[in-house]
Amino acid sequence: MIRFILRRLLQVIPVFLGTTLLVYFMVFALPGDPIRALFGDRPPSEAVIAALRRQYNLDQPFWVQYGLFLKNLFTFNLGVDFTGQPIAATLGRVFPVTVMLALEALVIQAVFGIGFGLIAGLRKGRIFDSTVLLASLVVIAIPIFVLGFVLQLVFGVYLGWAKPTVGTDVSWGTLLLPAFALALVSFAYVLRLTRASVIENSTADYVRTATAKGLSRPRVVMAHILRNSMIPVVTYLGASLGGLMGGAIVTEGIFNVPGVGQKLYQAILRSEGPTVVAIVSVLVLVFVVANLLVDLLYAWLDPRIRYEK
Amino acid sequence: MTTSDVRINEAGTEANRPLLEIRDLAITFNTSNGEMNAVRNAHLTIMPGETVAIVGESGSGKSTTALAAIGLLPSNGRVSGGQILLEGEDISHAPEKRMIELRGNTIGMVPQDPMSNLNPVWKIGYQVKETLRANGRPGGPDDIAKVLSEAGLPDAHRRAKQYPHEFSGGMRQRALIAIGLSCQPRLLIADEPTSALDVTVQRQILDHLEGMTSELGTAVLLITHDLGLAAERADKVVVMYRGQVVESGPSLELLQNPQHPYTKRLVESAPSLASRRIQVAKEQGVEATDLLAPASEEAAADNVLQIQDLRKVYKLRQGFGKSSDFAAVDGVSFDVKRGTTTAIVGESGSGKSTVAKMVLQLEKPTEGRILFDGVDTSVLKPAELFKFRRRVQPIFQDPYGSLDPMYNIFRTIEEPLRTHKVGNKASREKKVRELLDQVALPQSTMQRYPNELSGGQRQRVAIARALALDPEVIICDEAVSALDVLVQAQVLNLLADLQSNLGLTYLFITHDLAVVRQIADHVCVMEKGRLVETGTTDEVFESPQQDYTKALLNAIPGAKLMLPPQVA
Repeated sequence: MIRFILRRLLQVIPVFLGTTLLVYFMVFALPGDPIRALFGDRPPSEAVIAALRRQYNLDQPFWVQYGLFLKNLFTFNLGVDFTGQPIAATLGRVFPVTVMLALEALVIQAVFGIGFGLIAGLRKGRIFDSTVLLASLVVIAIPIFVLGFVLQLVFGVYLGWAKPTVGTDVSWGTLLLPAFALALVSFAYVLRLTRASVIENSTADYVRTATAKGLSRPRVVMAHILRNSMIPVVTYLGASLGGLMGGAIVTEGIFNVPGVGQKLYQAILRSEGPTVVAIVSVLVLVFVVANLLVDLLYAWLDPRIRYEK
Repeated sequence: MTTSDVRINEAGTEANRPLLEIRDLAITFNTSNGEMNAVRNAHLTIMPGETVAIVGESGSGKSTTALAAIGLLPSNGRVSGGQILLEGEDISHAPEKRMIELRGNTIGMVPQDPMSNLNPVWKIGYQVKETLRANGRPGGPDDIAKVLSEAGLPDAHRRAKQYPHEFSGGMRQRALIAIGLSCQPRLLIADEPTSALDVTVQRQILDHLEGMTSELGTAVLLITHDLGLAAERADKVVVMYRGQVVESGPSLELLQNPQHPYTKRLVESAPSLASRRIQVAKEQGVEATDLLAPASEEAAADNVLQIQDLRKVYKLRQGFGKSSDFAAVDGVSFDVKRGTTTAIVGESGSGKSTVAKMVLQLEKPTEGRILFDGVDTSVLKPAELFKFRRRVQPIFQDPYGSLDPMYNIFRTIEEPLRTHKVGNKASREKKVRELLDQVALPQSTMQRYPNELSGGQRQRVAIARALALDPEVIICDEAVSALDVLVQAQVLNLLADLQSNLGLTYLFITHDLAVVRQIADHVCVMEKGRLVETGTTDEVFESPQQDYTKALLNAIPGAKLMLPPQVA
C-alpha cells in the first residue's frame, strides 16, 4: 500500500511539469502586450516599458522565463504580480475561500444526492422517484450561470433569505447560496448514480440473504444496500472535488466571491503568466491528490480491490 | 404416494403436529404481461426434524414455494391463496415485523449460489455476527468462531477476519450454512445448497449439513433439481411441475414406483440415476467408427487428436515483482479416436478446461504437443490455423453468454460460414435451414434473437453453429452443465445422433460423471493438472483404480440407490 501511494505521488512530478509548461506556454502565446495593456490609453515612455519588462523577465525567451518560474517555485518565491502584490499572499487569500466553497458544495451534494438517491432507489417507480428524476434532469439541462442567477434573484433578492453577493464578508453562512448553486449540477449526477446503484443492489442475492438472516429492514438498507451502493458514488464525489474548484469560476463571478476563480479570471485577462500558472499549479495538485484519495477510499470501500503491495 | 396421503390429520396432537404445513398455496406474480400464477394448489407437510425435498426443473415453482415460507417473495409476487402454517400459525400474510422475528431464529435459510449470497464488502465474521446479534444472541469473537467451526471451517478465528473473495466456493457455502444454522432454527430452507459446487465438495457439504441438522433436530426443506440427490438426502420427496405438486411421498417409494408421467420422465432422465443405463452414444459411436473403417485401414493410425506431454504454466504474481509458477496442466497425454467421444472429467481447477483451450488453439501450451491428424498444431501458420479452426469447433457451457444477443439466430449460425467464405448468400441460407433441421429447431427460429429462446434451444443453436463448417472434432466444454435434466437428456441424445450420422469426434469436458456415463467411450480423469486415470468408460466406472476416481464416483448423488430395471 505504501509503495502504491509513493508511486502515485511520484507520478505527480511529470503531471505537474507538463501542466505548468502547457499553461505557461498558452499564457505566453496570448496576443497583446501585457505591459502596454496595463497602461491603457496613456502609453508610458519606452524606457519605463523596458524597465518593467526586465523586472518581470518579459524580455527573456520563453524557456528562460519558464525556467526562472520553476526556480522561483522550488525556492518558494512566487514573485509579485503586475500590481506589485506578492503572488504567494494572493494565493493564501483566495484559496481558503474557494476551498470553503468547494467543501460546502461537496457536503451539500453528498448529503442531498445520496439521501434523495437512496429514497428514490428504494421506491423505484413511485411518485417520489419520478419527481426527483424529472427535477434532476431539469437541473442537469440548465447551465450553471442561468441556475446561479435564478437562485440569486429568488433567494437573494425576492425572498431575502441570503445575501445576493458575498463580497468581502466570507463565512460558511454567506457562502451557502453560492455553494448550493455550485453543488446543483453534480448533485443531480450523484442522485442518479446513487439511485441506479441502490436499485441494482436491492435485488442482489446477498441482500435477500441478509433479510433471511432476520435483520431488520433499516439494518439491511444501511449495512447491505447503501454500503455497497456507495462504491461508485464515492468515486464520483472524490473526482468531482477538483471539478468543483475549477467550476467555481462562474459561480464566484455571479456571487462576487473573492476566490480562486475570480482571481484566475482577472489574471488571464491581464496575461499575468506567473499568477495564472501559480493558481493552475495548485489546482493541479488538488486534482491529483483528490484522485489519489479516491483510489485509496475505493480500496477501503471494496475489499476485493487491492493495490500492489 | 399421492398428495392426499401426505396431508396431515387435522386433529394432530402436540407431538405429531407438523412444523410446517402448506395448504392449497397459490402464488401470483404481476408481470408486464399481466398476472402469472407461479404456484397453484401446493401441498406440503414437514414434521419436526424431518427432511423434505421439493424436486422440479427451473420454473417449476419449487424455489418460489420455499421463499414464500420465509416471506421473501420478490416484490412483484404475492400469496394469492391458501395457507402457510408454521406450528399452526398462518404466516402467509404475517406482518413484516413478525417475519423478522421468525427469520434466523425459527426459519433459517441456506441460499443457492455461494458466490453471490455473501456481501463482498463485509468480513465473514461480521456477517455471522450481525445474524447472531439480530436474533438476540451473543456475537463475540468466540461465538462467531464456534458457529463457523461447527459448519466445518477450520481455523475459524482467522477465517472470520477474511472477506468472501478470499474463500473458495465450498468454504463460502460452509459459511452460509453456518449463518443459516447459527441461531438454531427449527426449520432450515436449503435452496439448491450445493448445485454450484463440485461433486466431491457437494458430498462433504451435504454430509455435514445432514449431521448438523440431525444433531440439532432441525427440519430441512431441501430444494433441488436433482432427483437422485433428493432421494438420497430426504425422507419425503415432493415433485413440482409447472407450479403444481404432481406427486409426493417417501423418497425411495416414489423413485421406484413413480405414478405421474412427469415423475416418470424425471426418473428416466436423471443422469445421477442413470449410471446403469445403456449408453446411447457408445453404441452409436461404435457404429460410426465402423462406417468410417474402410476409409482408414489401420485403427491405430486413426487418432484424430494426439495429446503428448501437454503442460501449461501460468505465472502467479506475488507482489514486489516476484512471481511463482503454477502448472495448470502438467504432463497430460492421451489420444482421441475418430468418431468416438472422449470425456475429460475433474473438479474445478483440475485443468480440464485449460486442455480444451489448448486443443482449440486459444492458449499456447508451455510444453508438449497437440497433433491433429498427425500434424503438430503448434507449427501451423496463420492460414493453416484458419483451416484448422474450420475442422475443430467448440460448444461452450453458457448458452446465455456464448451467443451474441444482438445477432439473430440466422446471423449467428451463418457467421462462421461467412467468415470462412463458404458459398454465396443463397447457399448459406439453405445450409442454415438444414442445420436448424439437424438440431430439431423449426426454421422460423432464424428470425428470432437469443433472449427469446430457452436454455435448451440456445444450446441447440450453439450446436448448429458448431456444425456449420462440417467440422471433424467438436470440443464440448461443459456443454450440458447449465441445462435442466430433461433438456440435458434431449441435448445429449441430439449429440449422440449427430455423432452417428456425421461421424463426429467429441472431446467432452465435464465435471459431471453421470453425463460421462451416458455419452463417453473413453474417460480421462484429471486432478490438479495431472491425468490420474484413463480408460474406457466401462473400465473406469466398473473398476476405478485411483482413490480420486472412486471419490468422484461415490460423490454422484443417488449412485447407491438401487433402481428396478424397468425404469429405463
